[in-house]
Amino acid sequence: MGADYLGGQFTAACLKVGTSSFADFLAGSAPDLLPGARPTGPAALPAAGPGAGGPPGADLPHGTTIVAADFAGGVIMTGDRRSTAGSMIAQRDIEKVFRSDDFSCVGISGVAGLGLELVRLFQLELEHYEKLEGRTLSLEGKANRLAAFVRGNLGGAMQGLVVVPLFAGYDEEIGKGRIFSYDAAGGRYEEHKYYSIGSGSVFARGSLKKLYTEGMAEGAAITVCMQALYDAADDDSATGGPDLTRRIYPVVAVVTEDGFRRLTDDEAGEYAQAVVAERMESPGGPIAPLRQATT
Amino acid sequence: MPFYVSPEQAMKDKADYARKGIARGRNSVVVTYDEGILFVAPNPSSALHKVSEIYDRIAFAAVGRYNEYENLRVAGVRFADTRGYQYAREDVTARGLANWYAQVLGSIFTESNKPYEVEIVVAEVGDAQDADQMYRITFDGSVADEHGFVAMGGQAEQVARVLKERYAASLTIDAALGAAIAALSSPGNSDGEINATQLEVAVLARGRAHRAFRRIRGARLEELLGQARSGGGGAKAAKDTEAAGSGADDAAQPSPGDGTAP
Repeated sequence: MGADYLGGQFTAACLKVGTSSFADFLAGSAPDLLPGARPTGPAALPAAGPGAGGPPGADLPHGTTIVAADFAGGVIMTGDRRSTAGSMIAQRDIEKVFRSDDFSCVGISGVAGLGLELVRLFQLELEHYEKLEGRTLSLEGKANRLAAFVRGNLGGAMQGLVVVPLFAGYDEEIGKGRIFSYDAAGGRYEEHKYYSIGSGSVFARGSLKKLYTEGMAEGAAITVCMQALYDAADDDSATGGPDLTRRIYPVVAVVTEDGFRRLTDDEAGEYAQAVVAERMESPGGPIAPLRQATT
Repeated sequence: MPFYVSPEQAMKDKADYARKGIARGRNSVVVTYDEGILFVAPNPSSALHKVSEIYDRIAFAAVGRYNEYENLRVAGVRFADTRGYQYAREDVTARGLANWYAQVLGSIFTESNKPYEVEIVVAEVGDAQDADQMYRITFDGSVADEHGFVAMGGQAEQVARVLKERYAASLTIDAALGAAIAALSSPGNSDGEINATQLEVAVLARGRAHRAFRRIRGARLEELLGQARSGGGGAKAAKDTEAAGSGADDAAQPSPGDGTAP
């Protein structure tokens, strides 16, 4: 789709004085490449599920649960590997947590197609700015850019094509990990300690509340996020648990002062297997003490 | 127009004007080495760059008027990012970008009264040294496909001559830097010893995943310069053994001065 942008008009746009934003540049020079430019009227939407009467687009693949938590040296983000179309599993090894640049990551839930495109544009926006300006945006600046992109999909969201990201990164200025959540209208909220989005987020957040401790080590924080994802998968049909038979484990991203790192499948598998092994003994997971131990 | 100026004369005047402008600035060089492509430009500013990243494996080096090549650099990043977004990241190539720059510079040269006073190199690091690509594009839009090394600027031919003497396939990075500095400080081309604060050095490192471009500065640059200077004899010796082994290859190298005159 779309013309080949070698044309004279596009070249002239490239040479014009403008901003360092890639999205702004596209809006002026090749607007049909932007996500918001596609028709999202009722006619363009797939019909609602058979007999479901649900919102339009409900049968499109949806990404489900993303969990993030901060720890002593940075921030962790994990996402399950399932995407769901109505009551069907659309894909069992989808990736929903991505590196957005060297010091941040982004996870998506909601309509997967729109979410993946949002991530692609966001990654490029950060890289484009960095190349043109010779420096990276502040973490706050990155979070605000993402909010603008989410707001760009407001029309789609009003028609049922909702996509919501979760953004986390290491703030080099203050030396700690930070988490930002969004609503479908582009509202941007800074979260503290931990957060979760997506269909299983209610269960994940309950789990996080009981397991999170401030200033955890990296390994402990990964385990807490794995436990939260397991609890989400336990109670939410749209969230996938660790798939031991196929060796498909949640994606785990760690962002510290050393930058972004995605755990290999083997590394993530070790954490996932440990959690599953524990649940063999205690299906509900770790039991929290009824009262805080007094010294 | 009160006076008639023949098209030949108009083009010649423009070319002379552009050449004169370019000759006022310093020369820059681009050299391939065993693990990537090295860019060296004398540049007292650490903020106004002559060498920059365009895309994952592609970089841009320029001499001439800053505002003009900065404009071209920004345009190139926009072009490359749009292509990569529209298709896929591997569909952005130095060849495509060089052709596009040639069109842009060519039409500016013929259509506007004032040509750009710039000369640029677009380089892409490949999987192996023989897959590295370098294109030199001059103010009138002519493109030359270069191999091994390129010199840009008013005294390009003189600089290239020194580079040719010192260049061999599979130089190490410090030998390549030594060759570049020897070429840039050749007689009549510099005010004396070049030190780290006056140099802008960057590489496209073959081994780096995703984005290959890295600037080399501060302590790392001092260290490399030290190696390049002390290893001058060693690099020469390495070149000699290398040349003995691959004399035929050397002979096959096209002369980098060829593409200069429009």
